[in-house]
Amino acid sequence: MAKGYKAAAREMLASQPEVRASVTKATLHFHANRERAYGEVDAESWRDWAATVKRHLLSRLDHYLLLAEEKLSGNGVEVHWAENAADAQQILSRLVKRHDVKKVVKGKSMLSEELEVNSLLQRLGVEVFETDLGEYIIQLAEEPPSHIVGPAIHKSLDDIRALFAKRLGTARDASPEELAAAARRVLREAFLSADMGISGGNFVVAESGTLVLVENEGNIRLTTSAPRVHVALVGIEKLLPRTRDLEVFLQLLARAATGQKLGIFTSLISGPRRPDESDGPEVMHVIFVDNGRSSVLADDEMQEALSCIRCGACLNACPVYRQTGGHAYGQVYSGPIGIVLTPGLKDPALAAELGYACSLCTACADVCPVRIPLPKQILAWRRRAAESGAGGPLEKWLFDGYANIVSKPRFYRMSAKMLRAFKGLTSAPWLPVIGAWASGHGGLEPSPKSFHQIWEEELANE
Amino acid sequence: MRVAFFVTCLADQFFAEAAADAVRLLRSLDIEVVFPRGQTCCGQPAYNAGHWDAARKMALHTQQVFEGYDYVVLPSGSCTTMVRAYTPGLFAGDKPHYTAALDLAERTYELSEFLVKVLNVEDLGDGLRGLKVAYHHGCHVSRELGIKSEPVGLLEAAGAEIVPWQADNECCGFGGVFSVKNVPVSLAMADHKLDTLPEVDVLTSADGACLMHMGGHAKKRGLDIKVRHLASLLWEARNG
Repeated sequence: MAKGYKAAAREMLASQPEVRASVTKATLHFHANRERAYGEVDAESWRDWAATVKRHLLSRLDHYLLLAEEKLSGNGVEVHWAENAADAQQILSRLVKRHDVKKVVKGKSMLSEELEVNSLLQRLGVEVFETDLGEYIIQLAEEPPSHIVGPAIHKSLDDIRALFAKRLGTARDASPEELAAAARRVLREAFLSADMGISGGNFVVAESGTLVLVENEGNIRLTTSAPRVHVALVGIEKLLPRTRDLEVFLQLLARAATGQKLGIFTSLISGPRRPDESDGPEVMHVIFVDNGRSSVLADDEMQEALSCIRCGACLNACPVYRQTGGHAYGQVYSGPIGIVLTPGLKDPALAAELGYACSLCTACADVCPVRIPLPKQILAWRRRAAESGAGGPLEKWLFDGYANIVSKPRFYRMSAKMLRAFKGLTSAPWLPVIGAWASGHGGLEPSPKSFHQIWEEELANE
Repeated sequence: MRVAFFVTCLADQFFAEAAADAVRLLRSLDIEVVFPRGQTCCGQPAYNAGHWDAARKMALHTQQVFEGYDYVVLPSGSCTTMVRAYTPGLFAGDKPHYTAALDLAERTYELSEFLVKVLNVEDLGDGLRGLKVAYHHGCHVSRELGIKSEPVGLLEAAGAEIVPWQADNECCGFGGVFSVKNVPVSLAMADHKLDTLPEVDVLTSADGACLMHMGGHAKKRGLDIKVRHLASLLWEARNG
C-alpha cells in the first residue's frame, strides 16, 4: 500500500508482463459477454430504471436502513451497526467469542477486504477458508483480490498449476478440472466442519428484511447454511427498497458482470433456521458497515458512486486496468470505481495519484449498469487534487503559463516559432513533460510550418 | 455559407498540412472559410489535468474569438468534444459565460461530421480507391458525441477499404496528461493497439493526438506504420 499507482504500475509492467496478458484476455472476454448480454434486452431502459431506484434509495437511506433493521430483527436476525472498520472488527471478535468459533468459511466479499477480516480472524486464532474458487486461489497465494468479480483474474492456468502443486500436492500438469476437484476436497471438508460462515451481501431488501446473495459456485449457499452461525457483512448502501426491485437488479447484475442471464445461484435469506426447517444456521447476524460511506453520501459530486452494485463491468471496460490488473492501484477497489470511491472512503489525498490512473476514455460510463458518471467524478477528483496543489508547483506553473500564452495570440504565435527554432529541445530527456513524451515516442516533430504560417503565406490569398 | 476554421493548437503545430487540406476541402465544396487569427487552444489539456482555472481562461478566449460565426469547424475530434460537451460545465453558476459556451457548442462541428450532417455530403469522390485503411475511433468524439459512421462512411464512399480492427474503438493510451504522468501504462495501451493492427496501407483518425501517440510509439518500436490525419485523406478522396 505504501507505493503509489504510478510506481506500482511501472514495476508491474516491467517485472510481471504475464499479468497484463492474463488480465487483458479475461477482461476482454467479460466485456464481450456483457456487450452481447446487454444487446439481448432493453438494457438502456433497465439501466435508467436501476439508476433511478438506487438514487432514490440513497436520498432516503436513513429511512430504508431503519426499515431494514426492523424487518431483519422481526425475521430473527441480529442487526449490528459499525461506523468504521475498527467497530466491525470489534463486533466480529465478540461474535467469534460468543459462539465459540474455531473455524470460519467465507463467501466472496469485497467489504471483508476493506475490514481486513481474514487477518483479524487469524489473530483470534480462527482458521479461515475462502470458498470462492478465485478467492481460495489468492488466499493460497497470499495475495489480495485483483478484480471485484474475478479476484484471481491476474493468474494464468500455469500460475495456478504451480501454486496448487506446491500447496495441495496436485500434479504439475493437472487439468483445470483436477485443480477444481482438489480445491473442492479441501473446501467440502471445511464447509462441514466450520462453526461460522461469513458472507457479504449483494442486496438487502428493506421492505422484507431479505439478504440477497448471487454466485456461480454454490459456495455461498453452503457458507450461509452449513455452519451453525451466519454473519453477513453489508455496506449501508447495498439496500433495495422493494422485493420487486430484484427482478431487474438480479438480471442486470449478472448481465453486467459476466454476461449471464442470472447468477447460477441466487439465495434469498430471510433469517436463521426456523423450528420446522431442517437446514440453515441457528443464529444469523447482519453487520451494517459505514466505513466512509456516509462521507461519500455527503459529497454531492461523488454520492452517485454509492449506487455501485460491484459488477466489475467498469474494470472490464477500462483499458488502463487491463494493463496491470487491480494490484497496481494498491487499494481494495481498483479500476474506475476504485478511483472514484477510494479517496472518498479513505482519504481525499489519495486522489493525487489515483485520479490520474485513467486516460479519460469514458468507456466505463458506457457500461455501468447504474449509470455512475465515473469519468466526470474522476475529473472532479483531479480538479480537487489540482486545487489543493497536489500536482506540485511545477505542474501548476506550466498550466498557468500555458493559459497565459494561449490567451494572448501574439505570445502563442511566438511560441510556435520557438518550437521550430529550438528543435533540439523537442527530444530533451531532462525537460519535464517533453522528456517523458520522448522516452516512448522519440522527439516531437512539429510540421515544417505551422498552420498559421501556411494560412498567411498561401491560404489567405487563394 | 461561411465557416470559421478552428485549427486547434495541436493540429496547428503538428498536423498543419492536414489542417490546410481541411481548408482546401471545404473551399472545394464552395464554403467560404475564414480563419480568426486570434485563435489558440480550447483549453482541453488543462481541463483534463484538473487545472480548471487555467482551462476557463483558455475557454473564455476561445469563446471571444469565435463569437458570431455561423459555424465553427475543427479537424479534431477531442477538441470538438471539449467545446461541445465539456466547456459549458466549466461555467456552472456563471450564467452569461455558460450561455455563451452553449451557444458556441451549438455552432461547433468536427470536420467529417460537418460534411455529413450540415453539408449533406456523403460522397467526396473516389480518390481513395483500393486504399486499405485502419480507422481509430477517438474516445471522446465517438463516445461523447457519437461520431463514428461519418468519417468511416466518407472514407468508404471514396473507395477506401476499412479493414476490421478488433481494437478500433479502444483508447490508444494518449489521454493528455496521462501519457506523460503514467508513461509505461500509456505505452502498453498503445502496444495493444499496434499489436492488434491489421495489415493496412494507412492508419487514420479524426484525432491528431492519438495518431501522434500511436505513430510515435510505432516509430520508436521500429514498426513500419504509416499514419495520416483524416482531413488529408478526405481531401485526397476529393482531389486524388
